[in-house]
Amino acid sequence: MLGLMKREDIEHLSTLSRIRLTEKEIETLPKELSTIMEYVSVVSGIADNKELDKPQVGARFNIFRKDSITNKPNEFSEDIISEMPESEGRFMSVKKILQTDE
Amino acid sequence: METALSLRAKFISGDYTPTEAVKAALDTIKEKDGEIHAFLDVYEEAIKEAEVATEEYKAKGADTPALLGVPIALKNNILLKGKKATGASKILENYTAVFDATIVKRLKAAGAIIVGAVNMDEFAMGGSTENSAFGPTKNPVDTTRVPGGSSGGSAAAVAMGAVPIAIGTDTGGSIRQPASYCGLVGYKPTYGAVSRYGLMAMGSSLDQAGPLTNSVADAELVHNIMAGLDEMDATTIADDTYPVLDSKTTYTFGVPRHFMSEGVDEDVLAVFENHVESLKAAGHKVVDIDLPLFEQGLAAYYIVMPAEVSSNLARYDGIRYGHSAEGENLLDVYEKSRAEGFGAEVKRRILLGTHVLSSGYYDAYYGKAELARKKMREELNDVFEKVDIILTPTAPTPAFKLGDKEDPLAMYKQDIFTVPVNLTGVPAISFPMGTVERDSKSLPVGVQYIGPHGGDARLFVAGKTIYDECK
Repeated sequence: MLGLMKREDIEHLSTLSRIRLTEKEIETLPKELSTIMEYVSVVSGIADNKELDKPQVGARFNIFRKDSITNKPNEFSEDIISEMPESEGRFMSVKKILQTDE
Repeated sequence: METALSLRAKFISGDYTPTEAVKAALDTIKEKDGEIHAFLDVYEEAIKEAEVATEEYKAKGADTPALLGVPIALKNNILLKGKKATGASKILENYTAVFDATIVKRLKAAGAIIVGAVNMDEFAMGGSTENSAFGPTKNPVDTTRVPGGSSGGSAAAVAMGAVPIAIGTDTGGSIRQPASYCGLVGYKPTYGAVSRYGLMAMGSSLDQAGPLTNSVADAELVHNIMAGLDEMDATTIADDTYPVLDSKTTYTFGVPRHFMSEGVDEDVLAVFENHVESLKAAGHKVVDIDLPLFEQGLAAYYIVMPAEVSSNLARYDGIRYGHSAEGENLLDVYEKSRAEGFGAEVKRRILLGTHVLSSGYYDAYYGKAELARKKMREELNDVFEKVDIILTPTAPTPAFKLGDKEDPLAMYKQDIFTVPVNLTGVPAISFPMGTVERDSKSLPVGVQYIGPHGGDARLFVAGKTIYDECK
């Protein structure tokens, strides 16, 4: 059935969305999200897909502006760096991405 | 209730000063906010700005900016440089804004004095302000009830008499529904009328900022200050993006009656019918209209909005700013920071959005919902060939009790009349149409006027005649 979500689906979404879920959340979310997905499924009856090639996002499109510098050098740097959870001088520190088996 | 325009008149005449007004605002917050909890942050130093404004009135009188010395409050998802901008989320609990939002710049230039930041549902997701990571706000009309949401703190700040103007944001009804619950005027502009630069993005194709006030004239004043093209937001529209509408003194109102046949409280409907009768008595025409797709609007909204939420909130990763959890590696930091930082409703919507955008579901959900939006716009444009303004109750019920709606879907259904407005990008205003009784208390309920794209001025003119002048 379109809309019905299982435990594995929630675990997969948890990985995709980079949110570690608790065991309790993994248990309650399938039902909560299934109810919502069932409710929103009515849109599938709205029209056929052929019309999808005529998108309409809003009143304006392809808005360009000059690629010009809008701030003074270092105007915001200190403020932005001070918001970083971890930094070294003017650099942001992050954890290792590649693991090596040593 | 005091309006910004009446304060301004007193400032000019010298009967009252910005110093007194800002002091009164801070005193009201001290006196009442312990119970109401509308404010997340109060800026005591506002009194200094008020003193400068007082001197300016002495020197220049009416030759001063339109909001000079008027105390206002900002929803805490709007950036004010040097102040905490939390979005009422734990993930941004200690985040300080590094720049001013465009609307903040414009409000400051108009002389407004920002006295504090107000509470909201976390990242503007919710309809009761109960989703705030910093505790719920209470409705000043009846403190056992919610003020609505997500701009519940904005509504409560005005309703408790602290400020005449509070700025909110509206993605699916987040200005209009709290205005309805607290007996205020709330305005959601045409999409693109107001810059979103410096607002925390929730649903980028839906979000607009607008005022909550005690009069339509105040809402118009504030909207006109905030609105206009902004180089920093490419979706902002020019004055001539949509055709300019003829000004009128009597209007043809369209009522989508079939849309109101289910789920609306009987006494709310009765108050609405009274409003319709009063419009007829004042010489307006009221006709029934059909908007069949609007009934499916809520379903389309709960696809489009979570989809945009899931991408917009990907930026909160515990790396560049905000809450960061300890982790073994980068992925671990992401997953733990987001798990600890986000509340239940935010997680729910991120997961939903991730689901509807994922391979195999994208066409069935997101594609269809965008198509539904397009069809809704067409349906709406056809209706606006025949009517000037569409009329609905703002919400199906008055303010509900704190803790009353734990089922997410039941909470979502409060927005049935407001979300189609955001999906289609048209403007809408909510103002009080009367009261209903609950537990022997009179609770306000709002009426929603929906205009065509670019019809902002029409809604203000109509609202001023129909609401302000009859208060």
